[in-house]
Amino acid sequence: MLEYIIKRILNAGVVLLVVITLTFCLMHAIPGGPFTTEKNLPPQVMANIEARYKLNDPLPKQYADYLVNMAHGDLGPSFKYQGRSVNDIIKESFPVSFHLGLDSIFLAILIGIPAGVFAALKRNKWQDRVINFCTTLGVAVPSFVLAALFIEVFALKLGLLPAAMWNGWKSQILPALALAGMPMAFITRLTRSSMLDVLGQDYIKTAKAKGLSAMTVLWKHALPNSLIPVVTYIGPMAAGILTGSFVIETIFAIPGLGRYFVTSIYNRDYTVILGVTIFYSALIIFMNMLVDLVYPLLDPRIKLGKKEN
Amino acid sequence: MAELAKIDFEPLVRSAEHIQAENGEAALGYWQDAWIRLKRDKVAMLGLGTIIFLLIVAIFGPMLSSVSYADQTLAAANQGPSAAHWFGTDNLGRDLFIRVLYGARISLSIGIVASLLNFLIGVTYGGIAGFMGGRVDRIMMNIVDVLYSIPVLLYVILLMVVLKPGLTNIFIALGIGYWLQMARIVRGQILSMKEQEFVLAARTIGASRRRILIKHLIPNAIGAIVVTLSLCIPDAIFTEAFLSFIGLGVSAPMASWGVLASEGVTSLKAYPFQLFFPAIAISVTMLAFNFLSDGLRDVLDPKMRR
Amino acid sequence: MKKKKLLALALATLMAGSVFAGCGSDSAAGGDGGKTIRATFGTEPETLDPGKATGVPEATYLGEMFEGLTTLDENGQPVAAAAEKWDVSADGLTYTFHLRDSKWSNGDPVTAKDFEFAWKRLLSQDLASEYAYMLYPVKGAEAYNKNGGSADQVGVKALDDKTLEVKLEHPTAYFLALCAHQSAFPVNEKIVSGDKEWATKTDEIVGNGPFKMQEWEHNSKITVVKNDQYWDKDNVKADKVEMPLIDNMSTAVSMFDNGELDFVYNPPAADTERLEKEGKLRQDKNDGTYFYEFNTKAAPFDNPKVRKAFALALNREEIIKNVMHGRNTPAYGWVPKGIEDTAAGKDFQEVSGDLFKEDVAEAKKLLAEAGYPDGQGLPPVTLLYNTNEDHKAIAEAVQEMWKKNLGVNVELQNQEWKVYLQTRKTGQQQIARAGWVGDYLDPMTFMDYLLSTGTNNYGKYSNPQYDALVKQAQQSNDPQVRMKAMHDAEKIAMEDMGVLPVYFYTTAIAQNPKLKGVEDPGNSVFNFKSAHFE
Repeated sequence: MLEYIIKRILNAGVVLLVVITLTFCLMHAIPGGPFTTEKNLPPQVMANIEARYKLNDPLPKQYADYLVNMAHGDLGPSFKYQGRSVNDIIKESFPVSFHLGLDSIFLAILIGIPAGVFAALKRNKWQDRVINFCTTLGVAVPSFVLAALFIEVFALKLGLLPAAMWNGWKSQILPALALAGMPMAFITRLTRSSMLDVLGQDYIKTAKAKGLSAMTVLWKHALPNSLIPVVTYIGPMAAGILTGSFVIETIFAIPGLGRYFVTSIYNRDYTVILGVTIFYSALIIFMNMLVDLVYPLLDPRIKLGKKEN
Repeated sequence: MAELAKIDFEPLVRSAEHIQAENGEAALGYWQDAWIRLKRDKVAMLGLGTIIFLLIVAIFGPMLSSVSYADQTLAAANQGPSAAHWFGTDNLGRDLFIRVLYGARISLSIGIVASLLNFLIGVTYGGIAGFMGGRVDRIMMNIVDVLYSIPVLLYVILLMVVLKPGLTNIFIALGIGYWLQMARIVRGQILSMKEQEFVLAARTIGASRRRILIKHLIPNAIGAIVVTLSLCIPDAIFTEAFLSFIGLGVSAPMASWGVLASEGVTSLKAYPFQLFFPAIAISVTMLAFNFLSDGLRDVLDPKMRR
Repeated sequence: MKKKKLLALALATLMAGSVFAGCGSDSAAGGDGGKTIRATFGTEPETLDPGKATGVPEATYLGEMFEGLTTLDENGQPVAAAAEKWDVSADGLTYTFHLRDSKWSNGDPVTAKDFEFAWKRLLSQDLASEYAYMLYPVKGAEAYNKNGGSADQVGVKALDDKTLEVKLEHPTAYFLALCAHQSAFPVNEKIVSGDKEWATKTDEIVGNGPFKMQEWEHNSKITVVKNDQYWDKDNVKADKVEMPLIDNMSTAVSMFDNGELDFVYNPPAADTERLEKEGKLRQDKNDGTYFYEFNTKAAPFDNPKVRKAFALALNREEIIKNVMHGRNTPAYGWVPKGIEDTAAGKDFQEVSGDLFKEDVAEAKKLLAEAGYPDGQGLPPVTLLYNTNEDHKAIAEAVQEMWKKNLGVNVELQNQEWKVYLQTRKTGQQQIARAGWVGDYLDPMTFMDYLLSTGTNNYGKYSNPQYDALVKQAQQSNDPQVRMKAMHDAEKIAMEDMGVLPVYFYTTAIAQNPKLKGVEDPGNSVFNFKSAHFE
């Protein structure tokens, strides 16, 4: 087991390096740089600015410098937000996204899984249909529409909650709900589907035949096994939600990390692009590793790292 | 277990023709049987009917109308639904009903292509990774992690520079990053199933690895596959809207449902109907796909066939 | 039974969720006796260093905390600010500013040295400022900025603590207006030379303006409070201005509708009519022109007749009325409203009048004369715009007008901002949307745009006659000569239709009807000095 984890961590380093390299190449391949503006600057001035930020170094040197600095934990200065470092930006904004993301994941899992189990038990009855209908809307109505509707209804029409800003628990309710919609629907549907799979299997029938109560069978035997696709889904979803959603953060004016994934690219803020990508990538790799480690707990038949032969 | 039982009584050594005949027959039997039982599922048929109806409307609807999606009457901008304009008009006085009809063409084809990509690339990729296990699995999943991590916007902008705008670009962009979730889910399913008795049984009787994967493992994972497929469609539809907005997709004034909905959100306060109709179109389509997928799941899953 | 359990579970979940979410603190916003004004100008500023800031919202934030030698009044004219008075030499080349007694927000006196330091800092290669060119009229400034060398060659000098002498390269009629620009603001030498990152630290952002920095929560809010060291503090009415940083203007309007904001700069176009009906819309003039740029070096738009045909075939009134919901004003000239003709004493644009008239028949005739009757034989034309809902709607309307009126089918293409800039800068556009907002309130900022050597003239329009007239205006300090030359030049540019003007910008604002005294000189740099509630 330990050997497997060490292997995975070494492996993660390689994946990160590939991500950094590809992102570095891509961001320098697209037109424009951090100081491309509508107004054309005199060439001497432009050269001077680029020299100041070491953007006139050959790309391989910039790449090597970046890696060296990164190894020292320094993700560099932002080009757009002058005087602020990428470390500062992540340090300031990630906790906000993380907090909001945790609320949403919590909501999505705690509603999604029971709803999915319930729907499976009531398969093709009206309760199942109602849940199916709601989850379909949850997926078909994207978060930006949901967010706009929430603001319109709960903030403007009913006056219950603030329309936007990150200011106390009241302001977290609408964005958390809007963010939770899609994953909640996804989890519900996946749970229902795999629950149905599992309920049809022999060992469940055996368990039932042994006289175990329906509830015990359901929660102890059927559910864990049926969570495999759900857990697979939750891994990267959680990485995505915890690092923030551009749409939700923009609509609700929340000072999170999510917005930087998009704005840094529009701004060609190279260091921020790399910084947030590395951060997200590390989280993705970590979550997916976690998912793989959780598999054997849910289904003891799964053996990690075993080769097919 | 019905299937297993059948395999159990087959000779271990078979001629090539034998296998071919058996495969062909089995496939026919499987699908035919599925279709017969699908027809009995009223809700699924309602879903299928709706999808066919939408496809027909999308293909032939615009041909019947003399008005085009681009025809403007600026003086008649932002009008609510009426007899003349069933869905009202947009900010340039274009008929929203007609625009939703044309939008169906783009959004439905996006939905279908996304599903195909998911199915062809995602299921195969995830299946192979999960089934092979070990180093192959690790490398294949590393690639998935890399593709997950690279910002979509970066390669989208690059595509925009390299290619001319159009629907093909959207398909390419979807093709790069759209099957990852499916791949991971299928892999997880395969990992958990490949140690189960029916796989061991198939292996004992000498079934090839390809055959085990295609005939035994993937059909048993069909539940999660179908659900993921249907849930990814709206995501694809809105990704298209985002890509078109950035400049990668179809050029204005042509608009997909996703684009119409995004435009509708900006005027939500003043003219809510501009959001309502495209949103309804997407939701109805999604309901239809979900109804159908629930039915398909029931008839395609071997475990459900008893 | 089961149903009940499930319901209970769901409720428990929701409650747990809200308890969980309840870790943050609850603080109600605003509303302390009407002394706090809540206003939003959009997104997070790039920087609050006056020497480096380039954006429009930044200019407002900085204008509240800093003050230049002059400031612009409501008509856009420079008036005394940190300088009490000034003398100009007869040749217009030497300005001597006499500073009033004033203090920085930390109590230090504001001296002429601070100005000299700030200006030389702006021009230094070490700072690498994008706005350094604003001070190029100062003697030796351009050379110092471009080639480095000694700062002593720059013609700005503190004669004593209260006297600043500025020597210019050539007479610059709008120099006093430049002094009101944020790039010419003073900075506190002691602080700025002590810490390179001073502009990111709340307690080191020390200004000489009506307000001082209280808090800057990144991507969330900037709060400024009344500066009790300010020389004119008795005329500052608000105690506090809270400025939430909001990217999405629909959100800002929702907050405004919910009573969470008093002032929203640039609300979405779709909300215009509603806000107007509620009496909450304010429209200011703005010194900008929205236009379509032709690539004048490639067929078919190298032919002025084709360019003119395209310009005359539009219906700008309809675009403004229907697509822009009544915002902005149709443009039939190049220089926008809101810039004074100092010779005539009234608006430059009013003196110019309409320089062309929309006429579909004439447009068709011109197109036929150019060899493309009813658009036949015209190569495929693409109209490029950068990704934005409003640009898109206008482009769609324009596309339809060209189709109906000229029989020309134009393709639309949108590109992400920097890709679009690249396309324009490398001359790969045919027709591209563009906009120009003046750097300062003088027609010259529009005139030099269209010079054949103009650095931003990406359509490569050129006409030697035009260039000669603009040069004449540049070299003169006589309002009569300058204005006449510029009016003549503008006529030539419009006769050639070097660019296709669509509309003159106005600035829309959603404003609480009780809020008064927010001044706008006509460049969207808002002055909250005398803002108050009634």
